Amino acid sequence: MDASLPVAITNYIGLSAVIFFIGVGGVLLRRNPLIMLMSIELMWNAANLLFLSFAKMWLNNAGHIFAFLVITVAAAEAAIGLAIVVIVFRTARNVDVDEVALMKG
Amino acid sequence: MILFWILGVVLVASAMWVVTAKKPIYSVVGLLAHFAALAIFYFSLSAEFLAVIQIIVYSGAILILFLFVIALLSSGTAAFATGPNKMPRAAIPAALVVLIALVFLVYGVSRTAFTAHAITVSATSAAGAVGTANVFGSVDDFGKALFTTNLLPFEITAFILMVAVIGVVLLAGDATPYVATKRRARAVERDMRDAILRAGEE
Repeated sequence: MDASLPVAITNYIGLSAVIFFIGVGGVLLRRNPLIMLMSIELMWNAANLLFLSFAKMWLNNAGHIFAFLVITVAAAEAAIGLAIVVIVFRTARNVDVDEVALMKG
Repeated sequence: MILFWILGVVLVASAMWVVTAKKPIYSVVGLLAHFAALAIFYFSLSAEFLAVIQIIVYSGAILILFLFVIALLSSGTAAFATGPNKMPRAAIPAALVVLIALVFLVYGVSRTAFTAHAITVSATSAAGAVGTANVFGSVDDFGKALFTTNLLPFEITAFILMVAVIGVVLLAGDATPYVATKRRARAVERDMRDAILRAGEE
């Protein structure tokens, strides 16, 4: 066990992986774009959790900088994703991604 | 160590709740619990600044954005069982809980605000010299790293946010702000009426 972490790093990796794959499942299984976006947020946060765990493990704050960057990108992604949901709803009057297939080849 | 397992269970359970909830509004509640637990987790990993940022940016900004969009898209369909202007019954105990939490918070801050710095410094003394604020993960530490070594990523962050703002305005903003405003208002009114009628049919 590492000195700077209360439990072994593998536990953090496992927890992060579980949350990440719950998010993957949400994106793949749900058809509501809002819930899909929220699942993407779960995935961002799982990545952040791992960044901060490793930063604590190595006592190196580069992980904090990365997590900061990830939070920014996640905020930008959420804003643009929600804007796209709003326009799709405006034009298609529908919030089911399977039925909004305008760009389908 | 016990904190890790408690928070781990809360994180996984709330994540499952987000993914499996029937309505997006319940997913938002689950996500709020997830973010709160994650902020506590960040504190336990001594990432104080990022824990606060997590609360402010995620719970404060992104979730509110989700709530706005849900409110916009489900106009006409009731998010809760009761009608407009009627509070759901759960709101009263929830508000009381928040009130009690705030009272405790103010009480706690008023007691510890003047001694918190001393506690931080004494915690440092094990690793570094007393009085130098090089505690790992503290705001000092993070700020120094962000504004010296990692200045370029910080600037890129600002650029990303600017691109996002411009993108959102271009995507969702009104393309014709002055032309035919009345006609547009009528069209919006008609759309909303249609949405309400359709919701009534379902």
